[in-house]
Amino acid sequence: MANLLKDVVIDEKSRPKQLLLEKHVDYLLKYGKDANDFEFCTTEYLRMSGMYWVLTTLAVAKKLDTVQRDQFLDFIDECWDSSSGGYSACPGHDPHILYTLSAVQIAATLDAIERLPSDDIVRYVRSLQNPDGSFAGDRWGEVDTRFSFCAVATLALLGRLHLDDNDNDTDNNIDLESAVRFVLSCQNFDGGFGSRPNAESHAGLIYCCVGFLSVVRRLASIDGDTLAWWLSERQLPSGGLNGRPEKLPDVCYSWWVISSLTMLGRQRWIDSDRLKAYILASQDVETGGFSDRPGDLPDPFHTVFGVAALSLLGEPGLLQVSPTFCMPQQVIDRLGVTSQILS
Amino acid sequence: MSESSSDSSCPDRWVFYCDRPEWKDVTPLAQEEGPSPVAAIAYSAKFRDVYGYMRAVIKNKEISERALELTTDALELNPANYTVWQYRRLLLKELNKDLHDEFDYINQMIEDSAKNYQVWHHRMVLVEWLNDPSMELDFLKEALSADPKNYHAWKHRQWVIKTFNLFGSEMEFTESLIEDDLRNNSAWNQRYFVALHTGILSDPDRTRKEIDFAMKAILKATLNESSWNYLRGLLIHMDKGLLEEDVVDFCEKLYASGNRSRHLLAMLVDIALEDEDTKNDERALQLCEELAKRYDHIREKYWNYIAVSVKKKISSTSTTNHKSTENETSRGCEQIEDTVNL
Repeated sequence: MANLLKDVVIDEKSRPKQLLLEKHVDYLLKYGKDANDFEFCTTEYLRMSGMYWVLTTLAVAKKLDTVQRDQFLDFIDECWDSSSGGYSACPGHDPHILYTLSAVQIAATLDAIERLPSDDIVRYVRSLQNPDGSFAGDRWGEVDTRFSFCAVATLALLGRLHLDDNDNDTDNNIDLESAVRFVLSCQNFDGGFGSRPNAESHAGLIYCCVGFLSVVRRLASIDGDTLAWWLSERQLPSGGLNGRPEKLPDVCYSWWVISSLTMLGRQRWIDSDRLKAYILASQDVETGGFSDRPGDLPDPFHTVFGVAALSLLGEPGLLQVSPTFCMPQQVIDRLGVTSQILS
Repeated sequence: MSESSSDSSCPDRWVFYCDRPEWKDVTPLAQEEGPSPVAAIAYSAKFRDVYGYMRAVIKNKEISERALELTTDALELNPANYTVWQYRRLLLKELNKDLHDEFDYINQMIEDSAKNYQVWHHRMVLVEWLNDPSMELDFLKEALSADPKNYHAWKHRQWVIKTFNLFGSEMEFTESLIEDDLRNNSAWNQRYFVALHTGILSDPDRTRKEIDFAMKAILKATLNESSWNYLRGLLIHMDKGLLEEDVVDFCEKLYASGNRSRHLLAMLVDIALEDEDTKNDERALQLCEELAKRYDHIREKYWNYIAVSVKKKISSTSTTNHKSTENETSRGCEQIEDTVNL
C-alpha cells in the first residue's frame, strides 16, 4: 500500500515559533521602496489588491497609524473609471470587479466608504451579471465564482445588498436568486466548489462560494458536513493545508480553508495547533513577511493570509478578522454589515 | 520569467522604443502612481520604455501593425496585464488579422505562462471568434502532459468539450491520465464531468461499470482520496446510495483483509449510518474511535463529531424499537443552522 503523500518537512529546531509581527510591519512598509524593480512593476496589474493586502495586514496588526490615509484614498480615486463605475488595478488599466472589491475594502478599512461613488459602483456590479446569475470579471466576460463573491461582498460593504425579496428599492440590487443558483450549481460531488459548474473543487474557490453564501446568508443551502470534511482533508501531517488533493501545503490555502471552516462552524475539525505551527514556520525571520511554505521567499499576498489565518486561530496581539471579508471585524461592525457564520 | 533572462535571449537586438525612429511621433505616457511607500514604483528601464509607449498607444487608440507588435513586447514583459490583452484583441479585429497566426502566438504564450488567467481567456476568445475547436484537444493534451493538474487547462478543456460537444473519446483520455497517476484529482473530476454529461450517471448499468472502475483503482492505492471520492460521487446516482451491494461487499472484504485506510474506515462508518439496520453500528462507533486516536488523528475532532451521530443513531434506534417511531438519523442530522450576526 503505497502512500506517496505530498507534503513538506519542517525543521523542528530552526522553525520560527513566535509571531514576528514587528518584522512583518517593517517588511510591508519597506515593500515598494526596496522591492526589486522588476517584481514590483510587473505586479502593477494587481496593485489595488496589493494595497488591500498591505493595508489589511497593517490594520490587523493594529498598525494602521503607520500609513498615510490619503495616499491610499488618492490612489483609489485615480483608479476609478467614471464611465463604467468600476475600479482598475492601477491608473490607466481597465476596471475589473476584483479591484473594485479591493478598492471598497481599502476605503472601508480607512473609514472612508462615504466618499465612494456608491451608485456608480452598484451600477458597475449590476452590469457584470449574466442571465444565468453568474458574474463576469469585467466587460470582456470571463466567468468565475470568484466574481460572484466580489459582487455581493462589494454591495454588502457599500450597504447596498438588500436580502429581503420584498425590498422595493430596485436600483440597488442584483438578481440574487439566480446568483445563488449559479453558485450552488458549482458544488461538486465531493462537496467542494470550483470556478464553474463541474470544475474541480479548489479551496480558494470554495472560500469564494462559502463567502458568497455567508454574505447572502444562505449557508443552510449546502451540505456543510460533506464540504467541511473535504476541507479538513486538506490538512497534511506538516500541519499545513493544501488547496486540492495531492498538492503541496501553502499559507494562502491555509487561510482559504480555515476561513471556510470557520464560516461553516467547523473550524475545530482540523488541528489548529499544527496549522498554527505551519504558518509560523512560513515566516521569513530575516526580512519579515510570510511565504507559501517554509523556506520560500515572502510576499505581501502570503503575508496577509498568514496573519489573517493566525487571527482566526486566536493569536494574541491581532485584531479579530472576519472570515467572510478578510478584514478587521471591527470595520465590518462599524459598517453595520452582517454575514452568516454557522456556530 | 525575469527581465534578465528575456534580455539575454536577444542581448544585441533590443532597441528601446524611445530610440526607434519609427516611433518618434509618439510621446510615451508615464504611469501615474499613488505616492510612496505602498505605491512607489521604480520602473526598470525597459519596462518603463515599453509601457510608456503602450499607454500612449492605448490612450490615442492607435490602430496599427506597430501597435500590435508593441502589445507583443508589452505582454512578454507582463503576460498578466489584461488591459494590453484587450487592446491586442481590438487590434486583431480592427486590422482584420488572420486569427490562425494568432494561435501560434498564444500556443507559445500559454507554454511560457500556463498559470496565467489572461492567456487562457485570449485562447477561448480566439476559438469563439473562429468557431473552430479543432486544435484544442491536442493542444490541451500537450499542456496537461506538462502539468496534469493545471486548473486553467482543465477549465478550457471542459468549456471546449461542452460548447462543441466533443465528449467522444474523453472517458478514454481520463483513463489514460488516471493510469499515469492514480492520484490525479483533476482527471477524476473530468471523468465525473463526462459521466454526468453523457448519460452514464442516469443509467444504473453504465454507472456500475464506473463503480467497478473506481473500486479497481482503489485497490491499487487504498489511501487515494480521489478514487474514494469518485466512488462516493457515483453512488449519489444509485437508488441504494452507499448501500449498493457490490460496494458494501468490496469494503467488507477490504476490511477483512486487514486494510485500515482511513478512507475505507470512513466509508464503513457512513455505510453504517445510512443503513437502517443496526448490525454495524457498534463497529462504526469503534471505527470512529480508532480513526480519532490512530488512523486519522489529525482530524480527531471530526471523528468525535461523527461518533456522536453514530451514538444518536444507536440510541434513537433503540427508542424507535421501543416506541415504533420513524428513524431519521443520518450523518447530516447534526446540521447546525444556528446563525449569529457578526
